[in-house]
Amino acid sequence: MLNYIKLIALGLITLLAMIGASYARDLAYQVNALTVALVAAGMFLWTLRNTDEAVSYRDVSGEYMDGVVRAGVIATALWGVVGFLVGVTIAFQLAFPVLNFEWAQGYLNFGKLRPLHTSAVIFAFGGNALIATSFYVVQRTSAARLWGGNLAWFVFWGFQLVIVLAATGYILGATQSKEYAEPEWYVDWWLTIVWVAYLAVFMGTIVKRKEPHIYVANWFYLSFIITVAMLHLVNNLSIPVSIFGSKSVQVFSGVQDAMTQWWYGHNAVGFFLTAGFLGMMYYFVPKQAERPVFSYKLSIIHFWALIFIYIWAGPHHLHYTALPDWASTLGMVFSIVLWMPSWGGMINGLMTLSGAWDKLRTDPIIRMMVISVGFYGMSTFEGPMMSIRAVNSLSHYTDWTIGHVHSGALGWNGMITFGALYFLVPKLWNRERIYSLSLVSWHFWLATIGIILYAASMWVTGIMEGLMWREVDANGFLVNSFADTVAAKFPMYVVRGLGGVLFLLGAIIMCYNLYMTVKRSPAVEAKNHMVPAE
Amino acid sequence: MAKQPHKKHEVETTGHEWDGIQEFNNPLPRWWLWVFYACIVWAIWYSIAYPAWPGLKSATSGYLGFSTRAQVAESIAEFETKLAPMNDKLAGVELASIADDAELRGYAVSAGAAVFKTWCAQCHGSGAAGAKGYPNLLDDDWLWGGTMEDIHTTITHGIRNTDDEDARFSQMPAFGRDELLEKEQIAQVVNYVMSISAGNTPQDASLVAEGEVVFQDNCAACHMEDGTGDRFQGAPNLTDAIWLFGGDYASLYETVYNARYGVMPNWNTRLSEAEIRAVATYVHGLGGGE
Repeated sequence: MLNYIKLIALGLITLLAMIGASYARDLAYQVNALTVALVAAGMFLWTLRNTDEAVSYRDVSGEYMDGVVRAGVIATALWGVVGFLVGVTIAFQLAFPVLNFEWAQGYLNFGKLRPLHTSAVIFAFGGNALIATSFYVVQRTSAARLWGGNLAWFVFWGFQLVIVLAATGYILGATQSKEYAEPEWYVDWWLTIVWVAYLAVFMGTIVKRKEPHIYVANWFYLSFIITVAMLHLVNNLSIPVSIFGSKSVQVFSGVQDAMTQWWYGHNAVGFFLTAGFLGMMYYFVPKQAERPVFSYKLSIIHFWALIFIYIWAGPHHLHYTALPDWASTLGMVFSIVLWMPSWGGMINGLMTLSGAWDKLRTDPIIRMMVISVGFYGMSTFEGPMMSIRAVNSLSHYTDWTIGHVHSGALGWNGMITFGALYFLVPKLWNRERIYSLSLVSWHFWLATIGIILYAASMWVTGIMEGLMWREVDANGFLVNSFADTVAAKFPMYVVRGLGGVLFLLGAIIMCYNLYMTVKRSPAVEAKNHMVPAE
Repeated sequence: MAKQPHKKHEVETTGHEWDGIQEFNNPLPRWWLWVFYACIVWAIWYSIAYPAWPGLKSATSGYLGFSTRAQVAESIAEFETKLAPMNDKLAGVELASIADDAELRGYAVSAGAAVFKTWCAQCHGSGAAGAKGYPNLLDDDWLWGGTMEDIHTTITHGIRNTDDEDARFSQMPAFGRDELLEKEQIAQVVNYVMSISAGNTPQDASLVAEGEVVFQDNCAACHMEDGTGDRFQGAPNLTDAIWLFGGDYASLYETVYNARYGVMPNWNTRLSEAEIRAVATYVHGLGGGE
């Protein structure tokens, strides 16, 4: 019966998407509609072939649902490499503008690839990492199978569809021009549906948990899922110009739009890249170190302080703009107060390792996690500092911001994700251990040196261009033209590109190592049966 | 003295366990807590001192009276007051006499350089060397004249814009597009022009003689019989080696076929008289001033 409903729904979606494609007012919409039609038609056929077939039933209620986590791990690793590759490309496009090839103008020039890079690394790489690890962690720490049956698979594939629609849309020119929220209205709607399903699976699993308490990692994951839903809905309030076109008009305008955008933008950092990844940290660090978490009290206090304070910090992106001074002050004040709540996570991560410091010498995975927490601490100090109005007047619009973002993104998000992937792959594919620890070590050093080259070069150019922009002579006349400052940055742009190459190389080595783990590592007996810890 | 082995007493765990993970019941680190408190205290003070708390219609303005807009206005006013005597003098004197006053000239050049880097560098390049379609200001080849008066007029009113009635204006006919000349005639005249321009050789020398006839009938009115151009009409000198849109056969053919139409904005609505004079002095002093 269910299959018949599915067939009707899929048939309708295929039909509507085909109608959309034929009436499309722009290329991006047409290609996206065709993609949806193809996917829905493919699923229609697949469902049709399975309808009225005998179903072999096996009771899986006592096992964790790991298939979807495995898929998520693969997606994370692959999207990571894609995202880093696009990043390296645009880094060199900035250093050598000739790489914005004439034949690819309007498709593969910097302006088109930059949002592709940010979305690929944040949402495709980071998002898949969060979904996969949250599904793994919530099952283990709740001693319960994922709620909702195949809904978790819907979340996974639905999210991949969001990524594909968004990416092809960018290249073909569909964007609402909001940083980190570029996808147009129909992709936003689809993401909303997927996200609600994600929340349902996660909440459902927590509700049916067999442990008396909810583990701290799950608080962070849950706050990430709920807050991202809220941010996504408010920042993407827009009215489509036509239901057959990709263009939409924002509901807010002027400084209200800017404020909404940076309320969203900063909390994308706060809840996607901080809270969500702290959830990851709180599970994988104690597991890999085989030590208890340092302080339960600290985890409670810094969790509530973090989520209460983070949400107000957005206006620091709009210092010295049309934003009223009072809002800018509040953004700055909340950012400074945020310093210690952020560091609570770092302390809990690092101190969990006290008593197991010797593992730093022997276990490159722990080393990765430690440096990740280190970069987290550094970025969450640098961020509040840059939010101070006086510092911001120098740093804003310069490469310092780019350096800051990347020490956080590559150092913290990247490294903790790599650590989690190295932890997960042997467990998920029932292997004894990772294929090669020495390759993990190579990855560690390549990535670390890459990040240092990246961050250091961006600090240098950022501060240099900030100083050059504001340099005036005794009469108050400008000394440098903008083009002078661009020319002065060239050597550092090359260094940054090389840093990116090293980081990308490390990720490729990781993919090889993970693949070989599945292929070559000695197998062990599957351990995905639910055992409540208490 | 023998070093005591530093052995920390391990606290109890909370007694919960998830997938093998336990949690110690450690207290909050003191330093962490006190820095957190200090930040909160500082935040409260800061939000009283600076504009912060929103009400229904306005927000508190803070007891320090800080305002970013006032800060900028103050800083601008400070420089304007300081520079007012020099600016008044610059705007008041005869254009030609700016060069005679060393102090005034020095001031005008440094002010003009700043104006140039802000407003002019986008087209003419930060070193003023220009680009295709945007004249090089370092040489002595002037389309509309290179005296202080000429440069001042060009900057003030601009060229071929629709915003200023006094903008310099002239338009070369599109000889090919508007069918004023046959394609063969264009090829002939282009070869002729290449034969008279310095450092250039015609692509097909056999067409030069016929090209000269075409030139004298159609081009000489503006570019003069000898091709040296006419600054009154902004008609370029064709005999030198300097080309704004390129001196190769294809570029010249395109120029004659479709004509060119370079536009420069008028700056009298955006810059003060003193600023215009300053940047005119700067450009005049770049090397080609007459």
